Amino acid sequence: MKRLLWVLPLILFAGLIALFAGNLGRPPQAVVVSRMIGKPVPDFALAGTGGRPGLSSADLRTGQPQLVNIFASWCLPCAVEAPQLEAMARRGAAIHGIAVRDQPADVAAFLARHGNPFQRIGADGGGLAMLGFGASGVPETYVIDGNGIIRHQHLGEIRAEHVPDLLARLEAAR
Amino acid sequence: MRALFLALLLLAAPLAGAEPVAPPDTPLADGTAEARAVALMHELRCLTCQNQSIADSNAPQAQAMRTEVRQRIAAGESPAAVRALFVERYGDWVSFVPPARAETMLLWAAPLLLLLAGGLLLARRIRR
Repeated sequence: MKRLLWVLPLILFAGLIALFAGNLGRPPQAVVVSRMIGKPVPDFALAGTGGRPGLSSADLRTGQPQLVNIFASWCLPCAVEAPQLEAMARRGAAIHGIAVRDQPADVAAFLARHGNPFQRIGADGGGLAMLGFGASGVPETYVIDGNGIIRHQHLGEIRAEHVPDLLARLEAAR
Repeated sequence: MRALFLALLLLAAPLAGAEPVAPPDTPLADGTAEARAVALMHELRCLTCQNQSIADSNAPQAQAMRTEVRQRIAAGESPAAVRALFVERYGDWVSFVPPARAETMLLWAAPLLLLLAGGLLLARRIRR
């Protein structure tokens, strides 16, 4: 019994070391998933930019499912996902953009270079509208159903292999 | 050599599409409201930098969160309501103050339990 009391701290210490060692290889940044899925899009109204009309929460309650892509001209992965957004728009997906902390000239240049698949683009100058979606960065893409309920969040850039899944989720939100 | 360096620099330029630097914060005119807002900012976690509070972070997204905290406090919302709003969007993770619920009971009771264990050990030793 007495001996066990002596060994116990050693065992605890070894356990702690094992815990730390096991976590060494893991990426330091945890992925922050939005808790807004299944909840309505919070109220917002943004002025237009990039030659498109603005975007408000009312535009997301049209009875049709839509995609909302949160992007920025200064965001490199946003340029990477541009062809996938174009492809989805060609296949009939309604896509709206929210341009975060951006200047109108920069948005225009970005769209001229990478294409403009958006029906509406809201200028989120202060970056407050994206917080309402529970977004933690750019790019992020949300599937919104016809009643304005957030159905799915896609974190990070959309790669070619993500397109079928997103289109299926858009269809499922109908 | 210098030409090569310049060429490399030019190649790197389009990649360095860095996020624009945010202008400095404007504190609320009302001193007590500002103090309440700042106190809450110290207890909300920055989403992009992580493990830093939004009060300590200079990330643009942390500034956006500070702006929203100030706006809501200025509009008369309580700090608890503003914290609850961020927890609703991002989960308990966003707040540095863990909620008191059934599954966090052990966490809250841990200091008391450890103190009790220490006290028992000490009592045994003294009695001997």
